[in-house]
Amino acid sequence: MIKVKNLVKDFGRRRAVNGVSFEVEKGTVLGFLGPNGAGKTTTIRMIAGFLPPSAGTVTVKGIDVATDPVAAQKNIGYMPENAPLYEDMTVSGFLRFIAEIRGFSGTEQKNRVDQVIERCFLQPVKNQTIDTLSKGYRQRTCFAQTLLHDPDILLLDEPTEGLDPNQKQVVRDMIREMAPEKVIMLSTHVLEEVEAICTRAIIISAGKVVADDSPAALRQRSSSYNAVELAAKGQGIAEKTGELPEVGKTEVLEAAGDTCRLRIFPKAGKNAVPALLAAAQQQGWTIEDLKVDEGRLDDVFRQITTTEDTKEAE
Amino acid sequence: MTETIQHVLAIAKREWRSYFDSPVAYVFIIIFLMLAGFFTFSVSRFYEAGQATLSGFFTWHPWLYMILVPAVAMRLWAEERRSGTIELLFTVSVTPIQALLGKFIAAWLFLALALALTFPLVITAVYLGAPDLGVVFSGYFGSMLLAGAYLSVGMFTSALTRNQVISFILAVVIGLFLILAGFPPVTDLLARWAPVWLVDGVAAFSFMSHYETLQRGIIDLRDLAYFASVMAFMLLATQAVLKSKVGR
Repeated sequence: MIKVKNLVKDFGRRRAVNGVSFEVEKGTVLGFLGPNGAGKTTTIRMIAGFLPPSAGTVTVKGIDVATDPVAAQKNIGYMPENAPLYEDMTVSGFLRFIAEIRGFSGTEQKNRVDQVIERCFLQPVKNQTIDTLSKGYRQRTCFAQTLLHDPDILLLDEPTEGLDPNQKQVVRDMIREMAPEKVIMLSTHVLEEVEAICTRAIIISAGKVVADDSPAALRQRSSSYNAVELAAKGQGIAEKTGELPEVGKTEVLEAAGDTCRLRIFPKAGKNAVPALLAAAQQQGWTIEDLKVDEGRLDDVFRQITTTEDTKEAE
Repeated sequence: MTETIQHVLAIAKREWRSYFDSPVAYVFIIIFLMLAGFFTFSVSRFYEAGQATLSGFFTWHPWLYMILVPAVAMRLWAEERRSGTIELLFTVSVTPIQALLGKFIAAWLFLALALALTFPLVITAVYLGAPDLGVVFSGYFGSMLLAGAYLSVGMFTSALTRNQVISFILAVVIGLFLILAGFPPVTDLLARWAPVWLVDGVAAFSFMSHYETLQRGIIDLRDLAYFASVMAFMLLATQAVLKSKVGR
């Protein structure tokens, strides 16, 4: 539903977005990741039709956003960074205003506003003015605004920024619930969020896409993916495991008498667990604990974005 | 088209309410009425003049508006830009021209309300004498046009910056120029070196000659065209600024 092709944005002489391309289909929750200043917000603003691209195109359900932003925006619910709101309005007054702009009046408007108030748990504050709200309610008010016209596409720029863990959970549950019928694209630099709700993750760095995959597949790029942490009792464990053909490198984390705790990195694409178990049986080791690392997204994120940064600096 | 009207109305309503949700509206109206009263009675000596006309009232409006209208206009865009709500506004299928018209209408109606609240003066004049109501009407009409012209200037400077103070000062300075452009000190200064057509051209920019014609009770199409074109020009300039800042 969203097609981004060779998107470029220059601010004066600085190139903020440098040839970003991707496509997103219905049912996807896309996590848009990157270090600060990588061009996440600029890209989302171009998709939302707020900024025109310097080059390249964005189409939303076949509509070119740059040439017909008004039509494109009818299919989009957009929550800008920092959840800007009209401070002097009440929550329900603000939602009625946006509903009116979205073309709803009378009972239809009332129903839609009531519905999103309920859905986003805004009942307790609906008659409060926005400048008296806590951060969590502000974020949810801005989120509620995106749902009024039930758009097919939701663009959320850091939707859970500054929320406490409970509030984050509320927002994530809402996103997960809506995911099947929509395209949801959210930018974040909280990696646990991506693992929690995203079906796909794009990492951008210095204005370019540097990774585009499912969170699970990205995790597998981590150097610690499939590493085995083994605690065992027996003779010469570290040396023996190091000799196994599947094992690349062994780190001794702890050693006391004949008990030791090791981290064993398999060779690329190999699984060391069966070989380790076989060796343990053969040598008569007692395995006290064994954990297989699933890989960590933040490792991958750091790996990818820092190498890009250094390239950029050269 | 219906969507355009709907957007303009929704924005105008929101803007109108936001004047009254804050103390701005009340402070403005009270100060405007107090100053208008002060100039009319204490400076122009409405009673002592012994004439049933409101010219002593209207003659001060260019100066009052020069200060007060920028105060009404300065937040229109500067505040949207500072708080980031402009991003909200321009991503819900609203175009700059719709937002612009909505805000302009709301602010102009607000100024009209303040002006309408001077009605006791008309009643007083009617009670004391027999003012020419046609002249009174064209006086109010001219004052509205003048307010609209100042407002369009203030809206333009508001779009230029996210700082309301800068917006206010720029609007006052442009307003001052538009008042003084027709005054002898300015025209004399220009006449020393500039060709006549330029002096006349600058003088024609002045609010004053057009405003004064209306105060004499003469509704001349040329004056209407003047005010309409100042407003149209300023609104289009504002649109251009918004497009370049926002990007569409």
